[in-house]
Amino acid sequence: MSPRPWSSQGWSHPLLHPWSLGLLGILIVFGLWTALASLGVVDRLFLPGPAAVWAAGQEELAQGQLVADLVASVRRVFAGFALSALVAIPLGIAMGANANISRLLEPLLALLRYMPAPAFIPLLIIYFGVDELPKVLLIFIGTLFFNTLMIMDAVKFVPHELLETALTLGGRRRDLLTRVIAPYIMPQVLDAFRVNMAAAWNLVIVAELVAAEDGLGKRISLAQRFLRTDQIFLGLIVIGLIGLAIDLAFRLLMRRRCAWAQ
Amino acid sequence: MELILKDVCKHYSQSKPSDLVLDRINFSIRTGQFVALLGSSGSGKSTVMRLVAGLEFPSSGQITLDGQPVRGPGSDRGMVFQKYSLYPWLTAAQNVAFGMELQRLPRSEVRERTNYFLEVVGLRDAGAKLPRELSGGMQQRIAIARALAAQPKLLLLDEPFGALDLQIRESMQEFLYQLWQTTGLSVLLITHDIDEALLLAQQIHVLAPRPGRIIHSLKVDLDHSDIMGLRISSPFLEQRQALAQCLRQMDGAIT
Repeated sequence: MSPRPWSSQGWSHPLLHPWSLGLLGILIVFGLWTALASLGVVDRLFLPGPAAVWAAGQEELAQGQLVADLVASVRRVFAGFALSALVAIPLGIAMGANANISRLLEPLLALLRYMPAPAFIPLLIIYFGVDELPKVLLIFIGTLFFNTLMIMDAVKFVPHELLETALTLGGRRRDLLTRVIAPYIMPQVLDAFRVNMAAAWNLVIVAELVAAEDGLGKRISLAQRFLRTDQIFLGLIVIGLIGLAIDLAFRLLMRRRCAWAQ
Repeated sequence: MELILKDVCKHYSQSKPSDLVLDRINFSIRTGQFVALLGSSGSGKSTVMRLVAGLEFPSSGQITLDGQPVRGPGSDRGMVFQKYSLYPWLTAAQNVAFGMELQRLPRSEVRERTNYFLEVVGLRDAGAKLPRELSGGMQQRIAIARALAAQPKLLLLDEPFGALDLQIRESMQEFLYQLWQTTGLSVLLITHDIDEALLLAQQIHVLAPRPGRIIHSLKVDLDHSDIMGLRISSPFLEQRQALAQCLRQMDGAIT
């Protein structure tokens, strides 16, 4: 119902369309980068131009390196995040629906949440070596508490009228979860996942910088060793683009599945 | 159908008797009756409704429906709340069908009765709309249709029009009166609106606050043949005046 800024009044000139403005912001930075690099103000070693980064991309693409790294990183993020969601959904719902479970676990989770996940890396390496498992677990640890607490909050704020209406319409307790709570919290859960996915991307790169065979973070770390700033730039841009793509995918999913909450 | 409340008391803490919310509430409703509980905020009128709905339990006393004590919420007592009355992710028709689906009625029957009750509340064309696309008055009509579709013996209305604009509220009151006339519903209405109680109910129980108790009960015997004009007819205004005085007196008693 709420009028969207781009629906009618918000913009009159096509250049004022939010998307064109967003694109403009990106283009300005891109332009500055190109100008700085081509003017030679900064040493090329420190600031490779767009052309050099593009070439590095072509090279890594031809070698198959880029795709392999991308797949490795994405796989870790998705495995870790899926595991986190799998635990966070039932745990968050249980905490949101039951005051005693919430009292038991909320202080603990609030404490754990403030322990920076990267600080767990040394322990994870001692316990599980440098294979896939510690990286997946790092993402799991780094997103579990946020996911759980955000889902808990969503459940706590389900209006009691909606629950009680279901009971007076002949619903049983177990109907409440599937017919009322689940659909009500869906948009907030998707939004929590979208936000926390960004943390998962941070963590996978950190894990790969520390110890990995492949992945986008590993490539950046290797590039540092050979002063290949063009490859570092490439890695950063690719990571940013994937993050953006995931963010947009969540938004699209939300628009499709939870149009009522827009 | 007969609902009987007998010496119903409610308090939330055993230790402090001053926390008494309801003090010996007694009244009953029979099939087809329209009863209103009229009281200001803090009179415990919503608590009475929650007890009847089975969402809370009396501390002492008894509530029985057709001789059976009320042990929890059930589809024999349909309820309409003032706020958050519809499921925002379901269309109007899906909201109406919600209770029937919970009761696992056959699909064809659900569809048929959904259409029927959308028709009853005059919103057949709005079936595919989401609640946020409906006005406040339409939303409450859908909520009433949903409650009716679950075939309750008794309809519980907790200030159902309290959040609506005055004009819409008046037309909703007329709508509800006609609905009651045509369907022969049994209704328990909670309200703080004297006009609403007088206009709709056959019997009004006035609740005083702290502790909530019935201080006055009256039968309403007004001529409803011209419901629009009723609001400004002199018998209506006289009774309204008497009730207003009654409510004012007990406010005076507490301040």
